[in-house]
Formats: sequence, structure tokens, C-alpha cells
Amino acid sequence: MFKYLKQLTSLVAVLAVLFAFTTETMAAKKSKTLKNTQKKGFVRCGVSQGLPGFSNADAAGNWTGVDVDVCRAVAAAVLGDANKVKFTPLSAKERFTALTSGEIDILSRNTTWTLSRDADIGLTFVGVNFYDGQGFMVRKDSGITSTSQFKNGISACTNIGTTTELNMRDFFSSKGISYEPVAFEKADEVVAAYDSGRCDTYTTDKSGLAAQRTKMTNPDDHIVLPETISKEPLGPVVRQGDAVWEDIVRWSLNVMIEAEEYGITSANADMMKTSENPQIKRLVGSEGELGAAFGLDNDWSLRIIKQVGNYGESYKRNIADTGILPNRGPNQIWTKGGLLYVPPAR
Amino acid sequence: MKIKKILPQFLTLLFIVLIFGFFTMNAQDNMDTRGIEFGFGFLKQEASFDIQFSLIDYDGSHSYARAYLVGLLNTLLVAFIGIILATFLGALVGVSRLSPNYLIKKTASFYIEFFRNIPLLLQIFFWYFAALRLLPMPQDAPLLLNSSFMTIKGLYAPAPIWSNFDVFFITLIIAMIVIFFFSRYAKKKQEQEGKQLPVLLISSGIFIGFPLLTFLIGGVDLSFSFPVIRQMSQSSYTFDGGFKIPPELIALTLALTLYTATFIAENVRAGIQGIGKGQKEAAASIGLTPSQVLKLVIMPQALRIIIPPTTNQYLNLTKNSSLAAAIAYPDLVLVFAGTAMMQTGKAIEIVGITMATYLTISLGISLLMNWYNKRIAIQEK
Repeated sequence: MFKYLKQLTSLVAVLAVLFAFTTETMAAKKSKTLKNTQKKGFVRCGVSQGLPGFSNADAAGNWTGVDVDVCRAVAAAVLGDANKVKFTPLSAKERFTALTSGEIDILSRNTTWTLSRDADIGLTFVGVNFYDGQGFMVRKDSGITSTSQFKNGISACTNIGTTTELNMRDFFSSKGISYEPVAFEKADEVVAAYDSGRCDTYTTDKSGLAAQRTKMTNPDDHIVLPETISKEPLGPVVRQGDAVWEDIVRWSLNVMIEAEEYGITSANADMMKTSENPQIKRLVGSEGELGAAFGLDNDWSLRIIKQVGNYGESYKRNIADTGILPNRGPNQIWTKGGLLYVPPAR
Repeated sequence: MKIKKILPQFLTLLFIVLIFGFFTMNAQDNMDTRGIEFGFGFLKQEASFDIQFSLIDYDGSHSYARAYLVGLLNTLLVAFIGIILATFLGALVGVSRLSPNYLIKKTASFYIEFFRNIPLLLQIFFWYFAALRLLPMPQDAPLLLNSSFMTIKGLYAPAPIWSNFDVFFITLIIAMIVIFFFSRYAKKKQEQEGKQLPVLLISSGIFIGFPLLTFLIGGVDLSFSFPVIRQMSQSSYTFDGGFKIPPELIALTLALTLYTATFIAENVRAGIQGIGKGQKEAAASIGLTPSQVLKLVIMPQALRIIIPPTTNQYLNLTKNSSLAAAIAYPDLVLVFAGTAMMQTGKAIEIVGITMATYLTISLGISLLMNWYNKRIAIQEK
């Protein structure tokens, strides 16, 4: 009897291993993108051509920023190493084509989530990693302190291919102000043109204004007006049609945000394995089987937290400490009065 | 024997059809899996973005098709101005390069070598970001010709206000037709009776006199609206009234003209040098003046050498105008293959339309130039 029991247990064990193996390959089989990424050994990530705080390369070619960290998190989860990312800098105009054509697998490039982008062009937004809104920058010596002081004939510099162009029209036409839109393909040229006096105002997302202000000849000569004229939820995007990959990217981001909510940081993640709180234990992989659903091991989320850090660490490192936006505003965890509220990882 | 002839042709055709078919199928398949629909219905939708500079009435409430037209006209405008200026400048520099005057000759050579060997995009950036940036702000701009202001925000010039412009325009066309028949008559008279009429003098008399008459008796009137400065905030000003040429158009036209003119100048020089020295000497020996030699003997022959490569330069200039996107001049590429493509996501359709448009413009120019080339070719009698 005991003999049979032993055999039975080993059979169950073998079956369990086999089954685990099949679920893993099933998920990998279902996701072409995951399979290709694991085969290549790096995550292909589309970023901006240089927006401090979000995605910016230093002189040595190292990319940093909150958008960059989303890709690093996915690399940590899928490949075990947050550095295994190949970054492709893209203009606003190129970004969606690069994603739909398969040149990149994640677009993490301060991209606004809108209905038409989500529904029309074969893309899926997986979440929001930065709540932003469009604003205006003007020269201090103009004496303008509010958009209500804008007059007919104002010239506004901006980028093409962004929601900015559309919001700008909505804003000016609803106010009945005639304006001259000067739209460039690259952000650096917008900054150069505005800085030289070609335009009276520079309009884009407020985080972008704060970041680009640092590039002006004399940053203190410019102010960002208090008004916000649009909602700009920025987030990572994936191609439509690969549900497993979509889930991996979504939950990599969610893990970072939820880790902050539960106080798990890159420093204390290992110690949290023995926490009393089952939700914390699930997040660091010492309870539950969360990774199996994507065909990943159980340490995927622990690796994200240890290698990249939680959302708060990423924000502090890239946006607050660099002086771009020291105040977190809406980009604070919901329990602290912000908008960051993600579904529970369980 | 026959099969040997046809088979390669057939295989080539099959190959092309298969490749084309494969790419079409592939695109179709990928678009299906990503839920992208193919179609041109978007052209009727509201564009909802504004364009800085437009030759026709346009704002964001117009359709994408209208935005396309705005971009197309802006491209044609810069190509048209560029071709005309580059031709004049190129001809001048080309002839100067052969001048016996050392200074003129060297200046022309230096200009050609300098502008020909710097990438065009760099030149565009130079004119837009370096040269035009030195212009004053509107409030500091000096008054030019008692009417205009050249500022960092553009050139503000007086805008003509016409009454009964159509009468004036029709008269202008009539004047041109009259001049055409008159010069034919003068030529015939010269051939038959050897008598020379002062064609240029009489033609310009007609060209100026006819339209002038409409002011006196046709009820045509012209007045100007002058730009007037207005303060917008403590430090920024703009102009009301008048006619505005954006700095983007000026920089682009300048760069395209200066760049393309170098190649045209070389064509002109090659064309003139391609005519045997004996021709010039023979013409001089029968008592023609140097300008007559150039006009009546050298140029008619040189043009046959100059025109075909210059056609290429015209095409290059037109295609190079798409670099406008870098400096915010709203041409076809910036407006349609830029903003419109981004807002609609219809990449294949829009790139297709844009390519077809450039192809049509280029074929149009080359058709025109081929016609002209045929006209000036030596006709064997």
C-alpha cells in the first residue's frame, strides 16, 4: 500500500511538473511577442528622442526615466535582467508605426491614451504611468500670468503628431482667439524656435514643459502658466492581438505601483518575503502562483521591485530629484490623495 | 525560338506580380490581425487641427482632404518660387563663371563650391535657426521701403486690396496674347523684309499700358493695407493688417534656391562650353556684338545641353522641399504625411497618396521640360 502511495506521489509530481511545463509553453505559445523576446534575449522598447525625467539618454547612452523604467520592469520580469532592453528613440510621428510594424514591442513614450488611438489604429493602452495635462509656457517679461491674458495673433510653438495640436485648436477656438500654430517635427526644434522668440508661447504636456524648460538658454526667464487645458493620461502601449504580452506589460507596471502602496522597496523586498500580509507576500512571490498565468516564474514581480524599484522610487529618482516636478501632484498613490489606483495583483 | 524570346519576359512579369501580390497579402493580413481597416473614408472627416500658413481658406473644421490640398499648394508654392529663383541665379552664376573678369569668375566658383558641398538640411537649419534668428522682434524692427517689416516672426508687407480684379486680370491675359501675335508678326517681317522692329520696347509698352488703362476706364482700383503694430503683452507684439510671409517659407526658399542654383550654374557653364569656340569666333567675325553672339548663336545651341540635366534639378528641388518638415513649414509632408497620418493612423493610405502626389508633380515637370526640350531641339530641314 505504501509502495503504491509512493508511486502515486511521484506520478502526481511528474504530472504536476509536466502540467506546469505545458501551461508555461501554452502561454509562451499563445504569445508570439513573449517567445520572440525570450529568444532574442532583450525587450524592444520605443522611447522619446530625449525628454528628461521620462526617457532621456546620457552621454554614455544609458537611458533613464519613468517611461524607461516600465520597459526595464518588463525585462526584469521576462528575462530576469532589467538591463536587457534595446531602446529605440522615436519621434511623435513615427511611434505608432514603429509599434504596429513590429519594430518595437512596447511603446513607452509619454503617449496620451485616447479613444481613437486605442480603438482605431491597432494598439492597446495597458495603463497610466503618468497623469498629465496640457499647459502653456511664456516668457516672464511678457507679464502674462494666466491664459486669460492671451490676445489675438499669438503664435504658439508645438510638436506635430500629438494630441497637443488638437487641444490647442479646441482651446483657442473656444476662447475665440486667433492664433498662429507653428508645428515642428522634433521637440528640440520647438524649444530652439520658442527660445529664439519665434513664438510667444510654447504648449505641450505640463511635465514636458517643466522638462524642456531646463533646456532653455535661461530657464528662469520662462514660466509655466497655472491653467491645464486637457487631460493627458500617459502610458505604455502594445500591439493589439497579443493578450498575454499585453497582460505582462500591464501587470509589470501595476506591480511597481502596488509595491509602493504596500511599502515594498528595492531595499526591503527580500525581507518582505516573510511579511504577515498575504498581499505583500503575493507581490514578492512567496505566496500564490501569480507568474504562472503569463508563463513566468514566481519571482517575476520580486525581480521588478528589486531591480527597478517601486513607482515612488522611480519617480523620485527620475522626476523629483532632477528638479523637474518635485511635487507629485496627481501622480501619488490613491491612499495619499493621488490618482494612482491599480487593480490588486492577486 | 519564339518560346526562348517570350519565356524570360513571362517569368519577369510573373515574378513582379508575385512579389507585389505577396506584399499586398502580407499587409492585408497584418492589418486584419491588428484590426486596422483600409479605406479612404477618413478624407471626409473633420481634420480638427489648424495650419499656420495656407493659400486657401482653411481651419480645423475643414476636412482632411482640404488639409491635403493646403499642404499640396504650399509644396507647389515653394517649388514654383524656388525653381524660378534658382533658374535666374543659376544662369547668372553660370555665365559669371566664364567671365573674363577675375573677381567675378572666382566669386562665382567659390559660391558654387561652397553651397554645393554642404548638405541641404544643414543649410535649411542654418537659414532658419542661425540667420533668420538674428532678425529683430516686431517692436524693434525698422521700417523697410516705408511699408514693410522684417521680423523674427516673418516678413510683414502691405497687402493689395483690389476692386474689379477680374477686369485687370483678363486685360493682362489679353495683353500677353497680343504680345505673342505681335512678336510672331515682327519675326515674320524680319525674315521677309529684313526689317527689325523694336519688339522689346513695344511689348513692354503693351504689357504695362493695357492693364494701366483699366485703372482709368475699367473701374479697377488698387489700394494697400499696411501692417500696423499692436501690443499683445508687456514684451510681445504683432502686426495687424498687411500680408505676412512666415520665416519658415523664407528660410526654405532661400536654402533650396541657393543650393539648387549651384547645380544649374554648372549645367549652364557646361552648356556654353560645350559649344565650339569656332561658333563664337565665326559669329563675331560677321559683326555680331558679344551679347548678340550669346543670345543668337551660343544660347540656342547651349540650351539643348542645359535643359535635360536642369530638368533633374527642378525635380530635385521639388522633392527636396519635403525637408520643410524640419522647420515647421506646413508642406505636404508635414501636414498630410505628418499630422494627418498621426491623427488618423492611416499610414498606408496616406503614404500612398503622398507618394502618388510627388510622382504626379515630378512627371508633370518632366513632361513640360521634355516638351520645351523638343521645341528647342535642332529641326532637320
